[in-house]
Amino acid sequence: MALTGVLRPGHVQLRVLDLEAAVHHYTEVLGLWETGRDAQGRVYLKAWDEHDHHSVVLREAEEAGLDVLAWKIASADALDALAAQVLASGLVSDGGWREAGEDLATGKRFRFTVPTGHRMELFAEKEQVGNGMPLVNPEVRPSNLRGMSPSRFDHCLLYGDDLDGVVKLFTTVLGFSMAEQVVAGPERLLIGAFLTCSNKAHDVAFIRQPVKGKLHHVSFHLDSWGEVLKAADLITRHRVSHDIGPTRHGITRGETVYFFDPSGNRNEVFSGGYIAYPDRPTLTWTDDEIGRAIFYHDRKVEDRFMQVFT
Amino acid sequence: VARFTITIANNGERYAGHAAQSLLAGMEAFGRKGIPVGCRGGGCGVCKVRVEAGRVRLARMSRACVSSAEEAQGLVLACRAYPESDVTVAAVGRLARRFD
Repeated sequence: MALTGVLRPGHVQLRVLDLEAAVHHYTEVLGLWETGRDAQGRVYLKAWDEHDHHSVVLREAEEAGLDVLAWKIASADALDALAAQVLASGLVSDGGWREAGEDLATGKRFRFTVPTGHRMELFAEKEQVGNGMPLVNPEVRPSNLRGMSPSRFDHCLLYGDDLDGVVKLFTTVLGFSMAEQVVAGPERLLIGAFLTCSNKAHDVAFIRQPVKGKLHHVSFHLDSWGEVLKAADLITRHRVSHDIGPTRHGITRGETVYFFDPSGNRNEVFSGGYIAYPDRPTLTWTDDEIGRAIFYHDRKVEDRFMQVFT
Repeated sequence: VARFTITIANNGERYAGHAAQSLLAGMEAFGRKGIPVGCRGGGCGVCKVRVEAGRVRLARMSRACVSSAEEAQGLVLACRAYPESDVTVAAVGRLARRFD
């Protein structure tokens, strides 16, 4: 197995203002499957082609935004080793273990706060509930898909202040590589980092902003540009708050549309991109070309896209 | 449905509102400007306004954007505020000047 440490984004826990409105959005419009509810009232969801029990957790709260982004680790031994390295790095605060079973169907988790103020977790075990098809001689998709039906939770883009610290943590401790970066000014200050732990163009991205722990968007993967266009139809069909697109990013080349959940957390569904093996050189964008980097067709920055977050 | 007049104090824009449509959705429906439009879900806070006259009914707003103290002073998110009379508001969100 070539992936031995962090495998992928495992799940994201979001704060929502109205739980049932959020569940309707994430199941009927987005098309995730509800897989459980716990004693705290949290709702667990997964995308159809994910085998693990959940990839999205919704928690009703007084504030919208990101509670936790959790990463699945390849093995229990690797989890213990990585947790020790994270703690020893001096780059995180509030590091500590959470008991198995506190999250439904999930083993023990190592929780910590990264330099940009986001809470992250590492875990190795989660019950597999399957994708609705047999593991022997399967079909290509299950028969009960609805809504946009992304195949997986793909990545988050996060806003925070200490970009240098978080990039150091993810690249030197957690084993990520930088697929693309955005730099500003003659000093080439790093203002955007697109990081991968796999061979996707990004598994997480961070933008330098003078805030702590903020969420720009949660993204889900679709098969094709045509599926993105159908998702845009559903945004209007369901009167979902639309943000921008369908369009294409220069950064990562993704074909995309953005919208908001009923609590104002931004969602993306996207397709395309490229395969990023670890020996691929980092692509760099400069701030004088930032319009084309973000929206390849319109070639200009949109205030709402940049300045609205939860 | 009772119709009310919504006034944006910053730029004098006026449009027709009703109790089932948020102040922000009414502004967008008429193609008017003056209040920055963000998530439309009470989460991001860019459509924060001060209610200067009139009464509104409020849906839940993120406390990260409007504190209880601010709410008591008449600060609300236009996307979560539904008019119950003629209403005058002034945009005060962190992007208000940018969108003038």
